[in-house]
Amino acid sequence: MRIAVLSGKGGTGKTLVSVNLAVVAKKSIYIDCDVEEPNGHLFFKPMVTEEKEISMQIPKVDEAICNGCRKCVDFCKFNALAYIKGKIIVFDDVCHSCGGCMILCPQKAISGRNKSIGKIRAGSSDGVVIYTGILNTGEASGVPIIKELLSGIESEHNKTIFIDCPPGSACIVMESIKDADYCILVAEPTLFGVHNLNMVYELVKLFNKPFGAVLNKCLEGENPAEKFCIEKDIRILGKIPFDRQLGTLNSNAKIAVKENKKYEEQFSTLLDAIIKEAPYETATNT
Amino acid sequence: MRIAIPSDEKNIDSSICVSFGRTPYFLIYDTDTKIREFIDNSTAASSGGAGIKAAQILVDEKTDALITPRCGENAADVLKSADIKIYKSISSSIKDNIDAFVSGKLCLLDEIHPGFHGHRK
Repeated sequence: MRIAVLSGKGGTGKTLVSVNLAVVAKKSIYIDCDVEEPNGHLFFKPMVTEEKEISMQIPKVDEAICNGCRKCVDFCKFNALAYIKGKIIVFDDVCHSCGGCMILCPQKAISGRNKSIGKIRAGSSDGVVIYTGILNTGEASGVPIIKELLSGIESEHNKTIFIDCPPGSACIVMESIKDADYCILVAEPTLFGVHNLNMVYELVKLFNKPFGAVLNKCLEGENPAEKFCIEKDIRILGKIPFDRQLGTLNSNAKIAVKENKKYEEQFSTLLDAIIKEAPYETATNT
Repeated sequence: MRIAIPSDEKNIDSSICVSFGRTPYFLIYDTDTKIREFIDNSTAASSGGAGIKAAQILVDEKTDALITPRCGENAADVLKSADIKIYKSISSSIKDNIDAFVSGKLCLLDEIHPGFHGHRK
């Protein structure tokens, strides 16, 4: 079973939730899809067993064949191509590697050339298998890395897969949740938190995914995120209190459930709630 | 000589647009014939690569020079490849800049900024 953990903004607790759930689930796979700033590995400190370079196809124009029709220039939504003095100029950093220009060229003058955009690392730590996607700084899109991360994962029967998503609700998040069986929306108890929760709420509805919310940093008194969940009839899977000790452990890159029984119980209860909600009974907490 | 100036509005009394790639219009002024025309910048609202496309428009308009307060790296690459000179504007008035250009008082723009591409979310 694939469980995606997402939120509309950074810093709500996606990594806290997915790392700790992956540890209490024991036989699990943790996939860090937040390729612009992957940080799950800071907690797991995995032994890296495999590293793979990821590249994408950038257009390469054969000047001898190009007749200057400019169909490719006009087509490119990202404006990655220009036609100057009888020559096509390709802006690598602007290209999103959609491949449209290669398909479109009537002269078949455009082929692809590989450009490295990042890498994938695999490793393990205490029985948890960890995959990390790393996008090179300045690259336009991490989507090809996420595609590769998720396509390579063999869904072993007894293993629960936790997908730590990038923040927001853009293409990169859509790619991360596309094949998920269940989505966990992590939210903060603020008005800003509600705005961001609403973004991912609309996204998972659009994708027809079963989902529930985890309310993080909960304080006494009013919780706008909780109010939002009640109004929208969103299942609240659990609440994580605003807790200095938990914050300290987390900021020291410690896995809370390994450090303190209290947190182990908290996250085991949360995992149970998720398993009850999720569509398949494949995940076990034994 | 055909010069291009990014302009906020379609009239000669309007001010120079602070953005090259996302200016709504360009004034194309021919210093020999004194003919001026305003063209739409069709790429003003594009999600990315606006500078590249705007520069392409100026290339296609066969301009020889651009007067702008600033210009990004990618746009400058396109303009340089087409031998279009980039001059730095001296005020926000289009008229003043044309006068300054004609009397040779404008300097080439030497600060090319790396672009505003920090929107990857």
